[in-house]
Amino acid sequence: MFPKPIETQSAAAQTLYKTALPVALLLWLAPLLAVALFSVKPGADFSNANYWGLPSAFAVAENYGAVFLQSDMPRYLLNSFMITIPTVIGAVALSCMTGFALGIYKFRGNIWIFFMFVAGNFVPFQILMVPVRDLTLELGLYNTKTGLVLFHIAFQTGFCTLFMRNFIRALPFELIEAARVEGISEWRIFWYVVLPLMKPAIAALSVLIFTFIWNDYFWAVVLTQGPESQPVTAGITAFNSEYRAMYHLMSAGSLVAALPPVAMFFLMQKHFIAGLTLGAVK
Amino acid sequence: MTDAALTPTETQESWFHRNQQAIAPWLFLAPGILFFLFYVIFPIFQSFGLSLYEWDGLGEAEYVGLRHYEDLYWEWVDRDAFYISLKNNVLWLLLYLLAIPGGLFIALFLNQTVAGIRLYKSLFFFPFVISQVVVGLVFTWFYDPTFGLLNTMLGAVGLGPINLLGNENTVTYGIILAGLWPQTAYCMILYLTGLNAVDPEQIEAGRLDGAKGWRMLWHIILPQLRPATFIAFVVTIIGALRSFDLISIMTAGGPFGSSRVLAFYMFEVALSEYGFRMGYGAAIAVVLFLIMMVFIAYFLWSMYREEREH
Repeated sequence: MFPKPIETQSAAAQTLYKTALPVALLLWLAPLLAVALFSVKPGADFSNANYWGLPSAFAVAENYGAVFLQSDMPRYLLNSFMITIPTVIGAVALSCMTGFALGIYKFRGNIWIFFMFVAGNFVPFQILMVPVRDLTLELGLYNTKTGLVLFHIAFQTGFCTLFMRNFIRALPFELIEAARVEGISEWRIFWYVVLPLMKPAIAALSVLIFTFIWNDYFWAVVLTQGPESQPVTAGITAFNSEYRAMYHLMSAGSLVAALPPVAMFFLMQKHFIAGLTLGAVK
Repeated sequence: MTDAALTPTETQESWFHRNQQAIAPWLFLAPGILFFLFYVIFPIFQSFGLSLYEWDGLGEAEYVGLRHYEDLYWEWVDRDAFYISLKNNVLWLLLYLLAIPGGLFIALFLNQTVAGIRLYKSLFFFPFVISQVVVGLVFTWFYDPTFGLLNTMLGAVGLGPINLLGNENTVTYGIILAGLWPQTAYCMILYLTGLNAVDPEQIEAGRLDGAKGWRMLWHIILPQLRPATFIAFVVTIIGALRSFDLISIMTAGGPFGSSRVLAFYMFEVALSEYGFRMGYGAAIAVVLFLIMMVFIAYFLWSMYREEREH
């Protein structure tokens, strides 16, 4: 263990450490806690300049009720789900196949195709922006959720392929060889031998892609316009201009928009971190 | 796709069967590659081409050769836009790297086994999970000169108020600080995973040799964390050059364009009330792409060396 386990230190050091932990956490999350506090204050507190005092009343129901019942927020949330979920399914399905092809077979150009996916995943969005917007317009998919989903699937395939291919290369190759000796077709090897072993990778990628796409803002602004197709990231900015000085509603809205990936993270923590830290350990 | 679907006749069946190991990878690759080509690879080349044209996104495109690049170089079109963006990109790149030592520091702080430490680790990681849009809003309020938490704290010790985002000289630092919050959390998680895998025998051997604290970290721990450090560098450099969301949300490039970066400047030129100068925007995108390509090429080269070793 590095640093030395705190249990081996003096009692004073242990007490100091156990006090430092919550203090550090409070400081680290201070900006977010401030927003959480704002979101439960009644609007009157802001007009009376009571920003940091205790709330004069708890207005949880009023504020969050207003967000859900009197704004476009529920619609934006629904759009986000309708964009995010198909993207996760599409990108994971495509990359299971590409990862399998690049991880199992030896053929000329294998590494170059792999590098194409890796390099593409790192390019700046702006170099794709105008042509992708034109392509989406030509397909008649501008300002639709489908247009956004198709692009996201394609772009995320880069990262997912990198992930899947490295995962598959770590699987025991004898399994595939044994199946080939048995005369099992390649498709069946993929479907019955490799795919069941990929479950942890599929879970990790699903949570990660869900978070990435849910949090995407740039493409939402470039490819969609109004409440009928915009996800919550773009919606919150519209919300921002509508409720500019109503901090209690803005805070509640922001927290609601941030919540689904947070819930996902807490439910699937192990997979999420396994996905993010792939390659951090040799 | 069952075997039956693939075998209309006997001859085909045997031909496919003989060659299936050569054909199969291409069949598996086809859908993914097609998607990727149409949405990622071709657009890169199209943008290069487009940067040689004058185009408003609707009418006829007019060929102008390298004029956009000259305009950028001399700043004939937008005074004080290109070089300020470039300068800010360099600032982002340098200061964003602070996330790496920052993340390592927090990881070392949390690498203990006291009760509830797992929850602490998750909560410290929190900022990375929420959208940059929300991070931007949260920090905008945090910095607010009238009621922000920052000035409330400064006021308590008799300082301030400062308007971080309203001042041309401080605005970029304010946005970078907001960006460092989630990025540090990301680097922290990479290092926590790396620290889990550190070889305890080497630590023991080091302790026997009398290595402690800094020396232990530098000579024994950090070399073992190299893979985590490499990934931390990749994601931080790419993240710094991609910075767009925070700038768009917090300042929209202001005040007076002083917080622009290339990514935002390009967006402004090509898709905003400042007109639809697609060709000019594409030229800015190409410059940003070439800067990033230097780093991407280096990352790929490192990966290639790794592959060769296996």
